[in-house]
Amino acid sequence: MEKEKIIEMRNIRKTFLNNVANNNINFVVYKGEIVSLLGENGAGKTTLMKILYGMYTKDSGEIFVNGRKVEINSPKDAIALGIGMVHQHFTLVRTLTVLENVILGLPSPKGINLDFDYARKRLEEIIQRYGLVVNPDAKIWQLSVGERQRVEIIKALYRNINVLILDEPTAVLTPQEVEELFKTLRIFKKEGKSIVFISHKLEEVMEISDRIVILRNGVVTGERRKEETNARELARLMVGREVIEVLREKTSVTKRSPLLKVKELKALNDKNLVALKGISFSVNKGEILGVAGVAGNGQRELEDVICGVRKPISGHIFLDNDEISGKSPKEIIRLGVGRIPEDRMESGLILDLPLYENLVIEFYDKPPFSKGMLIDYKNIKRFAQKLIKEYRIKTASIDVKTRTLSGGNLQKVILARVLSQSPKFIIASQPTRGLDVGAMEYIHEKLLEARNNGAGVLLISEDLHEVLNLSDRIMVMYEGEIMGIIDRSKEKVDIEELGLMMAGAKRRKVS
Amino acid sequence: MNTGFWTLTFWVGFLAATVRMATPLIIATLGETFAERSGVLNLGIEGMMIFGALAGFLTTYFTKSLWLGVLVATLSGIAFGWLMAFLTVTLTLSQHVSGLGITIFASGLAYYTYRAAIGSPTVPPTIKAFSTLKIPLLWKIPIIGPILFDQYAITYIGILLVPLAGYLIYKTTFGLSLRAVGENPEAADAMGINVYRIRYTALIIAGGLAGLSGAFFTLAEFNMFLYDIVAGRGWVAIALVIFANWIPSKVLWGALFFGSIDAIGLRLQGTAIKVPFQVYLMLPYIFTIIVLILIARNASYPSALLKPYRRE
Repeated sequence: MEKEKIIEMRNIRKTFLNNVANNNINFVVYKGEIVSLLGENGAGKTTLMKILYGMYTKDSGEIFVNGRKVEINSPKDAIALGIGMVHQHFTLVRTLTVLENVILGLPSPKGINLDFDYARKRLEEIIQRYGLVVNPDAKIWQLSVGERQRVEIIKALYRNINVLILDEPTAVLTPQEVEELFKTLRIFKKEGKSIVFISHKLEEVMEISDRIVILRNGVVTGERRKEETNARELARLMVGREVIEVLREKTSVTKRSPLLKVKELKALNDKNLVALKGISFSVNKGEILGVAGVAGNGQRELEDVICGVRKPISGHIFLDNDEISGKSPKEIIRLGVGRIPEDRMESGLILDLPLYENLVIEFYDKPPFSKGMLIDYKNIKRFAQKLIKEYRIKTASIDVKTRTLSGGNLQKVILARVLSQSPKFIIASQPTRGLDVGAMEYIHEKLLEARNNGAGVLLISEDLHEVLNLSDRIMVMYEGEIMGIIDRSKEKVDIEELGLMMAGAKRRKVS
Repeated sequence: MNTGFWTLTFWVGFLAATVRMATPLIIATLGETFAERSGVLNLGIEGMMIFGALAGFLTTYFTKSLWLGVLVATLSGIAFGWLMAFLTVTLTLSQHVSGLGITIFASGLAYYTYRAAIGSPTVPPTIKAFSTLKIPLLWKIPIIGPILFDQYAITYIGILLVPLAGYLIYKTTFGLSLRAVGENPEAADAMGINVYRIRYTALIIAGGLAGLSGAFFTLAEFNMFLYDIVAGRGWVAIALVIFANWIPSKVLWGALFFGSIDAIGLRLQGTAIKVPFQVYLMLPYIFTIIVLILIARNASYPSALLKPYRRE
């Protein structure tokens, strides 16, 4: 099949410090196709596309658009060549309206005066044509994540692009929103536009792509047409080995002894509404209690209260026999709680500190890392070296700013910090969100290992698959209440029942 | 001043003084609004106003031309605005340190220049300052006329600047870019906006208006240069920007409110209430603090305020 090449990237090379992100990559986009760039985090997918979009400058290599050699030095150049990109982190101005965001930076047909009427007409055409429903006058901060993504796509379309790059577009979407997005992408394809779909999710890639290019460690490890491959082969090309799903064995601890006891816990959310309505449950030694539920049903507040960053209005939390509710986060950590927070960038790490400091930041003030008021950096660095080796944290050195690590490695930093203290109890919230297969596997393995060694784990996750894979018991939360707890040593999980509980349509008596 | 407290003359006089006292605040605060909307806190404003006051005075003193004084004061502010931009935008230095540095430098330079040009006579030299400009017909309207239409030319300019600033910020491509740059410079840059140019422009506007505002003191309100002539009005302007939530029309109301406190202080000094006069002079600053306590906690600051922008 002879197809028209829209974009051709030849021998693209890009290094950051001494890390080779793209090692002589060749990549082609044909007219009217959906091509996926598949790879783990840090494989170089985003780097390659940011070079195409003019955000990074390549060290060497050539780019051809419609057969002509081009130099792309800024996003402006890329847009002029008909290339648009929707980033993983949106580039929208929160306080401006959708319409204002769409026309931002474009010359106005009325000179220095903005022409909202003209813009609105064009915007409405785009909304109609592609089914990208969004209110032009809403401010960005009022929109859901899915809607924001639509605004980003509209922005690109408004600039008449022919090639649309989407960086991990489904990471933030609900399953229904993913379907909508795919529908839109198919319309683009029908119109002869090309799409580059960056992802590490195999099922999605298999669903939407015509062609798949797999990257690993900065090199292309394979290229397949969808018809001639399957998820298993793609996983192998992506990870470099066969992928085995981590399996939970039955718990080795036979006698149940409660470790963390939550009693009649009530707490408010940030808007001062009751988010936890007097819940009681316990987590036993040597078990993983999975919390299933749609986000925003009190999971976040539960995590905050247990970690001591949110004060409950009433109720108690006991760890062994110590009351921990009302104690400071630091005391709680001291008492043996390991914390893998949902928001790892904000409350898990201080991204601008060097890596070795983040590895000890929850306990740098006790020996052997401090003597009295003095910090012993020698010991800290030795300890950090040991951890990055033990947990296979990929970094140029322990001295780099933590910010420079990839998402999966950032999570490993937190995991290493927590597990190095052999906590009695671990609270892990969305521990694998946004991570690739390799990192996910690794984190699951480690959590199971901690549980097998006798720690109690509270696993809060929106990923039902993850909850089902790891948990000994499953607790469902809905609107700040517990809808039921399923004990898997006594019964099999009925997925349909679980779904009903998550939607608040069914409640079990909690003993 | 033995005017009775409840007479019409008292209130007309008070309101006219309110508008007059509000003038430098309106102009300086509008300028500061541009700076902060672009993401730069211009703490150099106080110094720019002091230097503007001096530059305006000296120019007029030597040339006898009031409007040339106004022009030179504005230009001096533009020069300092440009310097602020160079320090904070190009060199990405701390906005706090750069701004305070400019205030210290500009005020010191103003005092030095004054001494060098005039010396230190016992009676400060004066100029023939602006007199009020009665707007034909309108000034004859009872009550409203003397309050609004018998003011200095710079006051009219200040009031007209309010809608002009609103138009620039909300209706032009420059304004949209300005708002985007102050909220999310990365996004603005990704959309092809030159973040540096927008911030330079905003600071040049801020500096020019600060200089103009300073000239009001020496060329209209008074007819001489005194060391404490600006008396912290620049800092008040910074509080007013927050009070006004970075919206030009609200700047007008905020400035009038503060102008009224200034005016009332002046008037109460003449009444029978026996309080040391310094207390009245303190009023605007006390109110500044109170207003900040009440409002600043819920203020919606431009997200990129104080953050230098560097391209990766």
